[in-house]
Formats: sequence, C-alpha cells, structure tokens
Amino acid sequence: MLGALVIVFRETMEAGLIISIVLAATKGVTGRGLWVSYGIAGGILGACLVALFTRSISAALEGMGQEIFNASVLSLAVIMLIGHNVWMSRHGREMADKMKTLGEAVVKGASSFLALAVVIGISVLREGSEVVLFLYGIAIAANDGPLMMIAGGTGGLALGACMSTLLYLGLLHIPTRHLFKVTSIMLALLAAGMAAQAIAFLQQAQVVDILTSAVWNTSGFLSETSIPGRALHTLIGYTDRPNGLQLIVYSVTLSTIYVLMRLFGQPVAAKGAI
Amino acid sequence: MKKFPFLVFALTLLPAAAYADDYVLTLKDHQFSPAELVLPANQKVKMTVKNQQATPAEFESADLNREKVVGANDEVTVFLGPLDPGTYGYFDDLHRETTGKITVK
Repeated sequence: MLGALVIVFRETMEAGLIISIVLAATKGVTGRGLWVSYGIAGGILGACLVALFTRSISAALEGMGQEIFNASVLSLAVIMLIGHNVWMSRHGREMADKMKTLGEAVVKGASSFLALAVVIGISVLREGSEVVLFLYGIAIAANDGPLMMIAGGTGGLALGACMSTLLYLGLLHIPTRHLFKVTSIMLALLAAGMAAQAIAFLQQAQVVDILTSAVWNTSGFLSETSIPGRALHTLIGYTDRPNGLQLIVYSVTLSTIYVLMRLFGQPVAAKGAI
Repeated sequence: MKKFPFLVFALTLLPAAAYADDYVLTLKDHQFSPAELVLPANQKVKMTVKNQQATPAEFESADLNREKVVGANDEVTVFLGPLDPGTYGYFDDLHRETTGKITVK
C-alpha cells in the first residue's frame, strides 16, 4: 500500500503542479475549467495507451522509441508554452485590466489556452503512464490485495492534489496586476526545464551525443529523486547533475522566450496607464 | 509506430549500432543480476536490461543519466558511455528498494 501511495503521490504532484500554474495563468478566462478537464481526460487516456503499448514504443526506432517519444512530447509542450507566453505578453495586461474593472471570468478564451490544455494533457500522460504501469504491476503481483492498492492509490492522489491546490491558492494571493507576470515566468521556467529534459532523452538515445558530462553535482544537497527535488524538477527543471548541453538548452529556451515576448509583446502599450 | 508518424523522421538520426559486446542486466524476483556489472571505461557500451518479472519496472540511474521503462517480461536497450572509471548506482524506479551497481574500469 505504501508503494502505491508514494508513486501515485509523486506522479500526481508532478502533473498537479503544472495544472495549478496553468489554472493560475488562466484566471478570469471563461470556459477554462472545460479546457483543463479536456487536457486531464486526454492525458489519462494517453497514459493508458502509452502503458498498454510500452512494448511497441520501446521496440520502435531500433529500441530508442521511448526516448524519442518522450523527447517529442516534451518538445511539443515546450512549443505550446512558448506560444502561450508570447500571446500573454500581448494580452496579459489587457486581461488584468479587464478583470480589475469588470470582475472575474470576463475574458473570452483564445486558442492560446488550447495550447495550455495540450501542456496539461502531455504532463498527465507522462506521469500517468508510470502510475498505470505501477498499479498494473501491483494488481498482477497481488500480494497486497486490491483494497490496499485502492487505499494507497486514493491516498496518494489526495495528497498530490493537496500539494497542487496549495500552490494554486498561493498563486491566487498574488495581486491581479502582478499575477500574469508571475505565471509567465513560471511557465517560462517550466518550458526551459522541459526542453532540458527533452535534450537529455535525445542524449540517452545517443541521437545527440555531445557535452554529456555533468557540469556540477548537487545531489548531496538536494537529490533529484527526493520529493522536494522532484517538485523543483517539475517547477523549474531542477536536475542535480545537469550536463553541458542541458544547461545550454535551458538558457537558450529562457532567452528565446524573453526575446520573443519582447519582440511580439505589448503593441497596445501606447494606450498607456488606465 | 504508426501511431507516432512524427517520430519516424528521427529514425534517420539514430546512430548505427556498432557495439562489440552486449552487456546484460537481468531483473528477477526484484533483484538485479549480476549484482555488480563490470563495464569497460572510455568506450561506448550497449547494455540490455531484461525484466523477467510479471510486473513492469523502470531502470533509472541519476549517476548515468538514464531512465527507461521495461515492460513485464520484456527487455530494453540502454546505450552508455564513454564512461569514466568508477561506480555508478541505479535502481528500479517503480520499486525503489531494488538497487544495483555498475563498476566501470
């Protein structure tokens, strides 16, 4: 039961933290609940499919199917996050102003929020497929009994949801005029972390085979496999032994987002103070 | 693979398999064997992780920067190296108490 609790907790927390940031980043958007639900539902369905086809995915691409699959879905999430941030750099101010004057839930959803639903779907798919595999494993081994498995799984889900809710409630305390700035930074860090992880998968498949040595090692200080380490890994891409290429990809992703937000952002800035 | 057509392009990027030896790590009854696999230093190594259990596992190593799911009664290939001499830890991420060591010399 403890095994199920720990695994379900940590995977729920990882996907949940991302959902929390997205929910905060879409505060005041009508119909966001529906999009987020679609993202989660799609992710769960995808997780089951990935778990079901583990063998075929592994065997694909000369045995490197898993790595390439992970790198691909992560890259897709990064592109979606960049797209959303650039969109927000244009409309975030507008949204905050409308929300201040007209109250919440006034901003019509845009296609940019569909991108965030995709990000949620991908996160749930990646974390969920491990949960499905693990629970399937326990069900097969059957040394615990289904009741214990359900108890552990439910407990883990509840704990993970609690952690995510705490982050969401914390973010809601940020005044509306600063909220979207904060969530944009958080989404940018999320994107950079995912990009660094995607490149790590390509290195694992030896598709990209440069700068693979660890630049520093902070595993003694905060292990990536501990619960706080995992939370930070999800939020900002914390890795206790990042290699050279991961660091480069991380910085390049962040700078790209910054430049794009500068380049495409604030065309309505001339409208000035309200 | 049909389900992921966008992945197919990557096939052309994959390195040609030119590995002299195949090293095998077997997972059975929640134990890795050999308990201490010895790999050669400073060269690329192809390692096969065989899961001879009815339950899935995930070979993971922070020391080696590798993580890979191994289905029940399935096997996966893990490319490693060139590695510096030393000891590298790994574990089954779905059953964290199942650990092992790889020695590189």
